Amino acid sequence: MSEMRLEDKLGTAWRKPHFIKNPTLRLGLIAGFIAYMIAAVLTIEVDWGRVYEGLDRGAAFVLAFTSPDFVSRASDIWEGLFESIVMTVAASVVGIAISIPIGLGAARNIAPLPVYVVCRGIVAISRALQEIIVAILLVAIFGFGPLAGFLTLSFATIGFLSKLLAEDIEAMDRVQAEAIKASGARWTQWINYGVQPQVMPRLVGLSMYRIDINFRESAILGLVGAGGIGATLNTAFDRYEYDTAAAILLLIIGIVMALEYLSGVIRARVQ
Amino acid sequence: MPVLDQNGTQVWRRRTGRESLARWFGWLLGVAIFVYCWQIISDATTWFFVWDAPRIANDIWTRATPPRWEYITQLGRPIWDTLNIATLGTLISLCLAVPVAFLAARNTTPSALFIRPIALLIIVSTRSINSLIWALLLIAIIGPGVFAGVVAIAIRSIGFCAKLLYEAIEEIDQTQVEAITATGASRWQVMAYGIVPQILPAFAGIAVFRWDINIRESTVLGLVGAGGIGLQLSASLNVLAWPQVSLILIVILFAVVISEWVSAKVRGAII
Repeated sequence: MSEMRLEDKLGTAWRKPHFIKNPTLRLGLIAGFIAYMIAAVLTIEVDWGRVYEGLDRGAAFVLAFTSPDFVSRASDIWEGLFESIVMTVAASVVGIAISIPIGLGAARNIAPLPVYVVCRGIVAISRALQEIIVAILLVAIFGFGPLAGFLTLSFATIGFLSKLLAEDIEAMDRVQAEAIKASGARWTQWINYGVQPQVMPRLVGLSMYRIDINFRESAILGLVGAGGIGATLNTAFDRYEYDTAAAILLLIIGIVMALEYLSGVIRARVQ
Repeated sequence: MPVLDQNGTQVWRRRTGRESLARWFGWLLGVAIFVYCWQIISDATTWFFVWDAPRIANDIWTRATPPRWEYITQLGRPIWDTLNIATLGTLISLCLAVPVAFLAARNTTPSALFIRPIALLIIVSTRSINSLIWALLLIAIIGPGVFAGVVAIAIRSIGFCAKLLYEAIEEIDQTQVEAITATGASRWQVMAYGIVPQILPAFAGIAVFRWDINIRESTVLGLVGAGGIGLQLSASLNVLAWPQVSLILIVILFAVVISEWVSAKVRGAII
């Protein structure tokens, strides 16, 4: 009896609460997950012999990073990289320029319903289609070359930037915008002085981020013939020239890091 | 405040003369760079194909419609593979991203001088290279197939997950950690009871978010031979079977929309 009382006094020991509180849901999720994992792992065919054979090549590739070869294919690398940068710059400028009006149109507190629906539709289409698929279609339509890559990146930029810009405009402070309106501003003045200052820092930050993404994407568009460094990289892999491939990858990583640093500096200055 | 003296009356200006001159030159430089980039793209383009584009697009459209619906029976397995690539890739990347994130976060890294830069380097280098390039590389190393796709997605996602996760770790509430430390908990116990509960919602959100992105990316991995529905896409494109291509694109679009819906629902339930 005395033992029981002691237990009552102490109560049960604290246990960590589960992440999902409902036990049936939790156990069901775990069971479903395990069942799926078994099914998934069983259906993946792995040729372990082939993987084992490949390990040497993998080691060769990792070693290539210690001695990247920038020199022997320098002109190809330079040409591809230059084209990638050109595509990135042009597509970012055009994409940002187009995505600002669409972003304004896709914000419900600014645009009337018909404009809103059309702009949201454009955003949805642009976001649902993968860059590389768009690139394939555009290459089929416009022919090989950087124009298809440029159009692909511009199209992808519109979906990304318009959506985030519209969300930012929808979350803005109404008071400031109304104050401008109360002073008798025209619609353009209202946008320029009431809305734009509120969303400008974020727009600059997002644009920098998108330039970064566009460069990374431009590195793969070459795989389907849309210009840029991707074609050179693909050739390097196909010829097992790992030192050249490593050099290209290092250049991409370096440029992305530089862009990221630059965007950090610019964002810090704007905010 | 910059004021312009105009015939004795003072006019308010937003910027001083020097500032507006600097701005003007900045814009000029920007426009010049853009025009130069456009010039290069334009030189590399066969304009005849571009003027011909509406006809080609129309031609492709008439060939691609209606989609060959009966082909869908052959797409079951590729979709299952795509789903597996995305899911298993995300799981593997999460396992790898967690330690990297803890090593990269300022408040949990064992050594800010040596280990943190290495962790940050892993994050940047895996993030800046697209999964298609990883797939290309892995196919050269371990051979084509679903497994290469899984590994490519896994490597590519490490940087993304680890970056978001280490930012979440850096933002945790230190008082909770101190409270656990004050009870005399060991380093691991502090981690399990002080840090992990705080970042668990963020972790779940990141996992689902990345899974959604990975579904998109895994649909095109097949273009370079890494399994999934992209294999069917590239096979159909190669034989110019446009009705099959349009059906595959519809299926991909459908998969992307569903995965986005699932991820939005799950994230809504967590947050």
